[in-house]
Amino acid sequence: MEGEDEPSGRMIDDEIYTNGVGEEEKRTRPIISGEQLDVEAYAGLYTGRTKITRLLFIADHCENNQTMQLEALRMAYDEIKKGENTQRFRDVVQKIDGRLGPSYGMDAAWCDTVDRRAEQKKEKLENELNAYRTNLIKESIRMGYNDFGDFYYAHGHLGDAFKSYVRTRDYCTTSKHIIHMCMNAILVSIEMGQFTHVTSYVSKAEQSPDSLDPVTVAKLRCAAGLAHLEAKKYKLAARKFLETGPELGNHYNEVIAPQDVATYGGLCALASFDRSELKHKVIDNLNFRNFLELVPEVRELINDFYSSRYASCLDYLGNLKANLLLDIHLHDHVETLYDQIRHKALIQYTHPFVSVDLRMMANAFKTSVSGLEKELEALIADNQIQARIDSHNKILYARHADQRNATFQRVLQTGTEFDRDVRSMLLRANLIKHDFNLRASRKQ
Amino acid sequence: MDSVQALITQIQGLSSSAGDVSRLHSNLKQAEETIFSESARLFSALDQLDPSIHSLGYLYILEACSSGPLTKERAAALVLPISRFINACAVEQIRLAPEKFISVCKRFKDQVMLLEAPMRGVAPLLTAIRKLQTSSEHLTPLHPEFLLLCLLAKCYKTGLSVLHDDISEVDQPRDLFLYCYYGGMICIGQKRFSKALELLHNVVTAPMSTMNAIAVEAYKKYILVSLIHHGQFSTSLPKYTSSVAQRNLKNFCQPYIELANSYGTGKITELQTYVQTNKEKFESDNNLGLVEQVLASMYKRNIQRLTQTYLTLSLEDIANTVQLSSAKEAEMHVLQMIQDGEIYATINQKDGMVRFLEDPEQYKTCEMIEHIDSAIQRIMALSNKLTGMDEQISCDPLYLGKCTGW
Repeated sequence: MEGEDEPSGRMIDDEIYTNGVGEEEKRTRPIISGEQLDVEAYAGLYTGRTKITRLLFIADHCENNQTMQLEALRMAYDEIKKGENTQRFRDVVQKIDGRLGPSYGMDAAWCDTVDRRAEQKKEKLENELNAYRTNLIKESIRMGYNDFGDFYYAHGHLGDAFKSYVRTRDYCTTSKHIIHMCMNAILVSIEMGQFTHVTSYVSKAEQSPDSLDPVTVAKLRCAAGLAHLEAKKYKLAARKFLETGPELGNHYNEVIAPQDVATYGGLCALASFDRSELKHKVIDNLNFRNFLELVPEVRELINDFYSSRYASCLDYLGNLKANLLLDIHLHDHVETLYDQIRHKALIQYTHPFVSVDLRMMANAFKTSVSGLEKELEALIADNQIQARIDSHNKILYARHADQRNATFQRVLQTGTEFDRDVRSMLLRANLIKHDFNLRASRKQ
Repeated sequence: MDSVQALITQIQGLSSSAGDVSRLHSNLKQAEETIFSESARLFSALDQLDPSIHSLGYLYILEACSSGPLTKERAAALVLPISRFINACAVEQIRLAPEKFISVCKRFKDQVMLLEAPMRGVAPLLTAIRKLQTSSEHLTPLHPEFLLLCLLAKCYKTGLSVLHDDISEVDQPRDLFLYCYYGGMICIGQKRFSKALELLHNVVTAPMSTMNAIAVEAYKKYILVSLIHHGQFSTSLPKYTSSVAQRNLKNFCQPYIELANSYGTGKITELQTYVQTNKEKFESDNNLGLVEQVLASMYKRNIQRLTQTYLTLSLEDIANTVQLSSAKEAEMHVLQMIQDGEIYATINQKDGMVRFLEDPEQYKTCEMIEHIDSAIQRIMALSNKLTGMDEQISCDPLYLGKCTGW
């Protein structure tokens, strides 16, 4: 309890003291924080399909928290009803299972109406498209396919939507069209989880001959960052997120919120950048600072890490963990990122010293000496720390490899290997020659 | 009587100069039938000949005598004269009829084995090899026979002396396979694992057009020795291995490959259970002793890994990490490894602590400089040899024919 209250108290102090920079967002309680997730506020950050997906994800992953689950499901229900996706509607009703009362039950009438409307619209679109096709007007065909794509997307048929959007490619005449198509394709691919497409369409859009407006650039960077994150390339993901300009604002809320950019970028950077890169690209990065203001906890923990206040940094991380696990993109990577950050902290702690008292280090990292010893053993075996542990006195001694001896050893070893390999080679050559001669003499 | 006596006088008469000897050689070749039929009587007439002067004739007679069916009495009768002959014979004369010499020596080995006294054959065969070899790089068919006798007689050191020569000329590939295989076994017996690996590697990667059992057995031992010496084994054979070997070797050696996989996990109990369950298979291949050495090497490997991470460690912790049963056992293992020179450490019995030290070799001594210098010389010689061979092939008409498409 103490741990949870403390950081929020500190944050409120920060809010009092910091200047108001970039006051577009009302400075309310930060949404991604150590406390329990406020589902409504969280969902308010997003629009469109991703809002529903995220709400459903939260509902699926917080089984032990009934109230949060029901809240998420209720909001999902409301949101889906505003749209036209009957399949999702049926899913969410099944999940609610009548727990929210009669107003949140199965509305078969609504489903039928929506389905019928969809059929009609589809027919209409098809007729229009055929008409355009016979007329061979490129622009209209493109618009037709686009409309089809939008239609399928609204109804949850993502595969068909993707195909329709890609079809418009043949009818794109200006680079604006191409960018429009790319953005649509990227959106659908992210929803489908096919991030290879995302990467290819991002590069396609970036190759456009005209210069792109900053919002589009920011959007593309975010999409690329997400793709790298999914592929576990944390360093590249961090770089992309850090390059996102503040112009992104709320324009990409159908995919990602600026808080997410800050969190993903911050954590990936912390897990994969070295110290100089961290300072240069994150702490001194004015653009990114705007994003970090939205998630003060992440900002604090990055600063703590850089100033070697490891205990508090790891505290922040621990607090954030529960909420980060509810995020659809970060969910699979939280453990890995956390491990990497912890290892980096351990390595950075031991780096400047010739000898380190393991008891003090265990205090700094709030862990036991034997647990710390095991962790250090793994890091040393992995060659990430050059040191040896004096288990008797519980001291870690830095060990610098003797270059001269190592060189001699390698030289002698290479010599022996060369000797052995060349002799075997000569032997084999002689065998083959003998065999060849034998065959030659037999032929004669 | 006449033909026998005539032969003897011929031999005695025509053994003085090179020209005479070659005439004698052709005469003997023509008279082979007679020699065979009169072998018994010729044998008794042998004391009229001197093996060092009349080597060629002596050789023909001996060959005829030893060619019949082998019985213990015949063996006993022939062993002594043959070994005396080998010691005394003249090198140039026997080189005129190498096949006969080889067959005599092979029969000699059979006789010695029949009499169950392989030791008696070791020294004579060694002399025979030295006499038959045209150069120290020449592999004769006698080499594998000799090594086999050494193995049976447990005279490993004598075997090692022959293994020191680098072989590059080979008459028969089969000799090479057997030579390397037996040689590998001798090196394993002497715990010279790197040389054993080299020899076994040569067998496994030698060019072959069909699978042969020697390569399969050699591969099994190769896996085990690789685990003992390097602590790891990779199933991928180098590119220059024959395609036959690459495809088929693994199928024949399945239990060994699984043993290697189990070793790779680093868990001693798993390895032990695996060995127990497959004990008969290893025993039937006569590899059980090696397998037990593999088990022992696992402990060593784990302790060596500890030297990289720890400066001092208590014996209790060592026992726990390496999965030994008690600190006492850990102490025994560590002590053994220090004595064998596999790790550098000191044991403090009062605290029950082991202190790991760095390799004291500073590469500053005279011996080390000499060692490096001789290694350099050796490699330069090898390099020259390689260049020479390259030049030779580039001048070879067959090669030029293929290259230029004539």
